[in-house]
Amino acid sequence: MNQLRAIWSYRFFIISSIKTEFRSRFARSRLGGLWMILNPLAQVAIYALVLSAVLAAKLPGIGNQYAYAIYLMAGTLGWSLFAEVFGRSLGVFVDNGNLLKKMAFPKIALPLIVTGSALVNNLLLFLAVLVVFGLLGHAPTLTLLWLPVLISVTLALALGLGLALGIINVFMRDIGQIIPILLQFWFWLTPVVYVSSMIPEKYHDLLMMNPMSGIVMGYQNILVYGKGPDLHTLVYPVIIAVVALSLALFMYFRANEEMADVL
Amino acid sequence: MNQHSILEVQNIGKAYRNYGRELWRVLSWFGLRFKPLHETWTLQNISFNIAPGEAIGVVGQNGAGKSTLLKIITGTLKPSTGSIIVRGKIAAILELGMGFHPDLTGRQNAYHSSGLMGYTSKQIDSVINEIEAFSEIGEYFDQPVRLYSSGMQVRVAFGVATAFRPDILIIDEALSVGDAYFQHKSFDRIRQFRDAGTSLLFVSHDKGSILGLCNRVILLEKGHVLKDGDPEETMDYYNALIAEKENSTIRQEELTDGKVQTISGTGEAIVEEIGLYNVAGEKVEVVGVGDSVELRIRIKIHQDIPSLVLGYGIKDRLGQVMYGTNTWHTKQIIESPKAGENYEFTIVFPANFGVGSYSVVIALTDSDTHLSLNYEWRDLALVFNVINIDKIYFTGCVWNEPQIRLVQK
Repeated sequence: MNQLRAIWSYRFFIISSIKTEFRSRFARSRLGGLWMILNPLAQVAIYALVLSAVLAAKLPGIGNQYAYAIYLMAGTLGWSLFAEVFGRSLGVFVDNGNLLKKMAFPKIALPLIVTGSALVNNLLLFLAVLVVFGLLGHAPTLTLLWLPVLISVTLALALGLGLALGIINVFMRDIGQIIPILLQFWFWLTPVVYVSSMIPEKYHDLLMMNPMSGIVMGYQNILVYGKGPDLHTLVYPVIIAVVALSLALFMYFRANEEMADVL
Repeated sequence: MNQHSILEVQNIGKAYRNYGRELWRVLSWFGLRFKPLHETWTLQNISFNIAPGEAIGVVGQNGAGKSTLLKIITGTLKPSTGSIIVRGKIAAILELGMGFHPDLTGRQNAYHSSGLMGYTSKQIDSVINEIEAFSEIGEYFDQPVRLYSSGMQVRVAFGVATAFRPDILIIDEALSVGDAYFQHKSFDRIRQFRDAGTSLLFVSHDKGSILGLCNRVILLEKGHVLKDGDPEETMDYYNALIAEKENSTIRQEELTDGKVQTISGTGEAIVEEIGLYNVAGEKVEVVGVGDSVELRIRIKIHQDIPSLVLGYGIKDRLGQVMYGTNTWHTKQIIESPKAGENYEFTIVFPANFGVGSYSVVIALTDSDTHLSLNYEWRDLALVFNVINIDKIYFTGCVWNEPQIRLVQK
């Protein structure tokens, strides 16, 4: 309860910090915040160019000749939200160390700022993706209304894991170095670039042990195939997300006292 | 317990725990009992109360625990033992310009940084003009902060930090920056706060600002409160503490007028006698403004020492030094004095002081500071009063009589 009240009284600071991030991004560069969208889109373009010859023919159930690019964008939208929130939560306490030592304010505001600014980024990317879809002649359906559900699960998972590791990172800085490497492996263990049906059946269970698989497949169902996410594949990510978030909160309350000591 | 205090610090202690491997620390959160390899206590058994409007200076050598104490009271660090009761709003200036962003303008930063202190945009709207006026940086207020000089940044930062009057203001040496004009201005604002009822907690190495601002001083040493009391007395003790070496002693004696005299040193050379004399050669305790006086100091050498330098200073009622020098600067060093020798110094000077009570501090050392070898350091070695007998009435602590010309035009 106290935490919620603290968040409420710091609402202006949280919003102002998110604004500051975007302002400073536009401050001295012409394209400013556009780079945040151009980056993932460029990645999509690269994969599409390199891999379309290999993969395009194998994408079932969709007639559009740009099917693979559309598929890539759907997965990238989900993955980039996860990767940004996860990656920044990991460093959120270390990066703001001086602030935490010198100012008394609710620490919980920091991950909220990360979440808020990542959400705005992702919204911009989503709008850009819709524009590109339009150009490629692909019309998304009303199943888009499922997206908030997927976004919530993605955020909970990314925040839970990111903060739990971010708290440990305060004490063991190696975590901050190892995790970004593991994140790259994780990307390739998630069906963003490839289609899960291409994986041999015996590895399929292994693929589904990755909570991001179900989430990303949900994005693809909505944006590529125009159908709702497969709720069965979402149960597992939701459980993992809830567990991770509870763990992070538990660790936060336990480590709260010692964190400022070692920053 | 004490209903009148605005802040109660009860038996605070702070330990930094070392677990050897950080993994044990992480596991200890999950209930696995790992004992820390060792604990370092930076603060122990700290207790004090602050009344509304009280201004407390915190002094101590580096590593004494001053900043840790302030951080615990501010709330950024949690105490390992004890508790703190706060009855009011705390504002802390531990570092000026926290949360400032170089790409934002001064105005935007003022909003952002006030937000960090927990204020809403409406509340900031009501003080933004005042912040702008206080910082006195004109057009720059709407320019990005990266174009500011460090002085300009400090001005805005201090204006923001003190835009709202808190019940307790905590300042950690933040004011030693900025130009002289701005320092005066910021001290004025702190004084206004104090007079309006804000309690101050002020860490500084600058004796002058402590004596000028505080009515109580807490001396920390190795994480303990060594002294808590009258500013002049505590600062004298602190000064002696800085000079403390092996074989050195510090003692404080209460004088007949209730003041406490601090004497410290290793004792190879000792002040035997000290007196103030007028031009007629009579020993006096009261002198007139502008009178020529002589300070006579007799010193006995108890052990052979490499060199002897006599330093003296004349302090006002608050302990601020009016004038001080030593025989190292006047090139009158006594080289290798022998045990048993006696020396007498006669210091002639005009008593160009304002009306009031003054004291003399004496230091016997080997060079220009009392930090290398300190034979004897004697605060309040002598007390005398200055009265105005035949001069034009004036206020202040320096007699600096003017000639005022008046022409009607």
